[in-house]
Amino acid sequence: MKQLLILGAGSAGTMLLNHLSKTINAKEWQITIIDQSKLHYYQPGFLFLPFDIYSEKDVIKEGNKFIPPGCKLIQAKIEKIFPGEQTVKLEDGQEIRYDILVIATGSQIAPQEVEGMLGESWQKNIFDFYTFEGAVNLRNFLRKWNGGKMVVHITEMPIKCPVAPLEFAFLADWYFTRKGIRNKVDITYVTPLSGAFTKPIASKKLGYLLSEKSIKIVPDFAIERVDTVNKKIISYDDIQVPYDLLVTVPTNMGDEAIARSGIGDDLNFVPTNKHTLQSKTYDNIFVVGDATDIPTSKAGSVAHFEAEIVVKNILSYMKNQPLRESFDGHANCFVETGFNKAMLIDFNYDHQPTDGVFPIKGIGPLPLLKESRLPHWGKHAFKWIYWNMLLKGRKVPFISPNMSKDGKNLEEN
Amino acid sequence: MEKIIAGATVQVNDEGYLTDHHQWNREIANEIAEEEGIELTERHFEVITFIQDQYAAEVPLTIRKIGKSGIVDIKEFYQLFPNGPLKKASRIAGIPKPVSCI
Ligand SMILES: Cc1cc2nc3c(=O)[nH]c(=O)nc-3n(C[C@H](O)[C@H](O)[C@H](O)COP(=O)(O)OP(=O)(O)OC[C@H]3O[C@@H](n4cnc5c(N)ncnc54)[C@H](O)[C@@H]3O)c2cc1C
Repeated sequence: MKQLLILGAGSAGTMLLNHLSKTINAKEWQITIIDQSKLHYYQPGFLFLPFDIYSEKDVIKEGNKFIPPGCKLIQAKIEKIFPGEQTVKLEDGQEIRYDILVIATGSQIAPQEVEGMLGESWQKNIFDFYTFEGAVNLRNFLRKWNGGKMVVHITEMPIKCPVAPLEFAFLADWYFTRKGIRNKVDITYVTPLSGAFTKPIASKKLGYLLSEKSIKIVPDFAIERVDTVNKKIISYDDIQVPYDLLVTVPTNMGDEAIARSGIGDDLNFVPTNKHTLQSKTYDNIFVVGDATDIPTSKAGSVAHFEAEIVVKNILSYMKNQPLRESFDGHANCFVETGFNKAMLIDFNYDHQPTDGVFPIKGIGPLPLLKESRLPHWGKHAFKWIYWNMLLKGRKVPFISPNMSKDGKNLEEN
Repeated sequence: MEKIIAGATVQVNDEGYLTDHHQWNREIANEIAEEEGIELTERHFEVITFIQDQYAAEVPLTIRKIGKSGIVDIKEFYQLFPNGPLKKASRIAGIPKPVSCI
């Protein structure tokens, strides 16, 4: 039997596994997936944990529930990939041979990259919400907090779900308003970007929302260090922003195993063909989800679109045919703006988010780049769709992997 | 659009970045730097050369990469090109404005 090996059973790996198990010739190919974690986390839910909107049970399920029959799950830490030998070594020394490898090991936070961040204040008054532990610790802190200076901070780009820190700031504004202490909390949004978001039109709209909600913004901030004694973050050009509570998104990096294998860039992301999702160096390696270096958002929606594309390319590769399916960088994000509202953005490599309707021209029903109630319910419905449709590789009606230009007032990047 | 910089007619975009890096020379760099309020030294040119090499090799530029270049650390990069060093240094080096990641 030939071996197809998937590294990482997160969003991208699991979706792809389910697609493949439906289409692959099971007499010829054995599919195996490896993950260190027994649990599968719904990471978009981490945004809601700190504010008591979701609880633990909304965001965790047993990972093996999503492994289709006939596929093998190995629970182990991946140590190193040997592309020359076509083997993967696990932490316990076991070696697994593959004919085709899919890397889906995602991206993780690396707070150690900034001086002072990972010191004695980490998880005391400096928190992340990009990990389950961070989001829960922050929730417990916020339940008792009486106010002060809260700084919401992005260390450097790229980060997964680049709108999440903005959403966090919006939801914090709402949370403190509900608790009746908004007047005691000073919220500042500190970003290395020149504005609220990476793409100009959306950046303008979102920047306007920040000022409407009395959230200050400090743009172009490249952090050098955290001064935990004087409770300040300090930039390379000596701008200082004081905090009582620092909620930061640390540097995001690909897994250490990528670095150990010598196949990543300076952030451990794997150089990947942005259209075919094949590794730029090894023909029999494909890369999906946050682990790639392709220039689109690192998001679950992107992982979902990529999985639909790459499954076809893998099948072509098995048959020695050219890789025909081409990904356009499609990303689709619900941006929570607080007070039961949200805004939907839809974009790709060439077109930035604009207004219009989604997913059907003239009908919608979802407005694009406009704050309203419907996208908010869409975001919460997404949790159900994720657990019940996306992970299992079931197609979502009306939503195509490449971006539809219908119903949009398009603007190039 | 066309612009005359240091006596030479060059093509620039609406943000003042050269659109053809072959038109770049040191005099042009000096004059753009002056517009940015920077007086170029040999140290600046070492960084500019590095940036141009990266561009030629199609390596996307980030502050992190410059910090790891072995040419300057990030602190000094900020001292050489204050306020948005990557954007300024790119403009002075005659290459396109770096696209921020998504
Ligand atoms: C706070 C937050 C909010 C978000 N909100 C949204 C949103 O609203 N919409 C959206 O589309 N996306 C959102 N995302 C992003 C989304 O969760 C990710 O883009 C998505 O999970 C990427 O999938 P992946 O499979 O590439 O990585 P992951 O889902 O992170 O999976 C990687 C897997 O690889 C495993 N792994 C890694 N290294 C090893 C190793 N050495 N050995 C064994 N196993 C290993 C990990 O255990 C993990 O299970 C959000 C993310 C966060 C953190």
